[in-house]
Amino acid sequence: MQDMLIILFSAILVNNFVLVKFLGICPFLGVSKKLDSAVGMSFAVIFVMVLATAVTYPIHMGLLVPLQIGYLQTIIFILVIAALVQLVEIALKKYVPALHQSLGVYLPLITTNCAVLGVTILNIDESYTYIQSLVNSFGAGVGFLLAMVLFSGIRQRIENNNFPAAFKGIPSVLIAASIVSLAFMGFSGVIDGLFGL
Amino acid sequence: MGRFNQGSLVVSSSPHIMDNVNTTRIMLDVLIALIPAFIMSGFIFGPRALLLTITCIAACVVFEAGFQYLIKKDSTITDLSAVLTGTLLGFNLPSSLPFWMAVVGSFVAIVVVKQIFGGIGQNFANPAITARIVLLVSFATPMTTWPLPNQLLGTVDAVTGATPLGILNMGTDLAALPSNMDLFLGYVGGSLGETSAIALLLGGIYLIWRKVIEPSIPLAFIGTVFIFALLTGQDPIFHIFAGGVMLGAFFMATDYVTSPRLTSGKIIFGIGCGLLTMVIRLYGSYPEGVSFAILLMNILTPQIDMLLRRRTYGGVKI
Repeated sequence: MQDMLIILFSAILVNNFVLVKFLGICPFLGVSKKLDSAVGMSFAVIFVMVLATAVTYPIHMGLLVPLQIGYLQTIIFILVIAALVQLVEIALKKYVPALHQSLGVYLPLITTNCAVLGVTILNIDESYTYIQSLVNSFGAGVGFLLAMVLFSGIRQRIENNNFPAAFKGIPSVLIAASIVSLAFMGFSGVIDGLFGL
Repeated sequence: MGRFNQGSLVVSSSPHIMDNVNTTRIMLDVLIALIPAFIMSGFIFGPRALLLTITCIAACVVFEAGFQYLIKKDSTITDLSAVLTGTLLGFNLPSSLPFWMAVVGSFVAIVVVKQIFGGIGQNFANPAITARIVLLVSFATPMTTWPLPNQLLGTVDAVTGATPLGILNMGTDLAALPSNMDLFLGYVGGSLGETSAIALLLGGIYLIWRKVIEPSIPLAFIGTVFIFALLTGQDPIFHIFAGGVMLGAFFMATDYVTSPRLTSGKIIFGIGCGLLTMVIRLYGSYPEGVSFAILLMNILTPQIDMLLRRRTYGGVKI
């Protein structure tokens, strides 16, 4: 139980996918302008991350390892995740059209999102068990949600700033993201320390 | 509008009654409040500490004026905000830090954190705190090499050692911890302006008396640190006087621009700073967490403000 909590909170704070590992920057910058769409996107990411792990882990362990074709990992994972995201998109379009509209172009972007592919591959690299992998994926998704919520507040705060012309738009947003990322460095070691490791 | 004679046809919205409170006056008050700590840093760490702070001030003013000249904006160096940022940055550095690193820090504070976001009032993170963290991450060794206080004025200072929090973090030599009296006066290792609790308290009380700051953030911050230490079996007096709590609580967490507007928000902000400080101190790999805690709460500030904003009856969700 304790190792599950360590994995979960490490994935959220210490190894935050966006702010510490720098994965999934594209949706992080693209959809963080408004809180609503930031949260919607994050829930989509949580869902896809857990689902992708749930599907790719057995494929790796049951198919790629026995057949010794581990080198196909990347391409097979990409195919599986792409199919999954299409499924999510169809479901959203049918059942939550409003959310589908606000996510617009970004939902298909999860298809090629390095954070989703990253979490499935890192789970296997870390030699987690199946349950640990699911917990890690969920934590990574929640960490993404946390980063998105924090950053959407800052985006709104600096929206009407009088930036120097060269820094309007993405340049200033990237610098803001780097400052948020700096703050998260303070969490290093916190989870291990809390659980007495 | 521009064609009218500005003097005779001024129509402005409320408030109409003005007093002499303006940015310059507030900055000046904060600078006055920092004088005791500045003097103490000279007594504790010698003249190099004073010189390092002055370097930061000069660099901050030059960067502010220079950047505004480059982007053809009116210079705002007379509002003293760059002087204050430089002073606070200097106070957050070990007195042995190479001068050029202090200049790099000043560049981060003024240009990257403040001017790129549009100048005074528009930065979302505290410039001095962010610059300190950038320096800590970039130059870890010089930023954590702490000269021990040389109580004989002017001696060549080469002896270094751990800060009280560093000793606590390593947990091996707890007998070397200084007495609470030494902590209160500031004769311990640490950043040059943060060690003397009494000097900072004096300044803080001056600011509250002048109504420059509300006591809500410092009280919530220090109170949370005190209670957290009490609950985890640490010495609460040690934790509020050690490290950057006093400097952070009175002078950096209270920055108008980067803290919540309402008093209720300020209390949440202070409690958050205290909690994060103690979590990082006791469990994290960094021995001190004040700067990370304040930066993290700066980042949370828009959310706190949004959560607490007054909702108009029947108004629509923004």
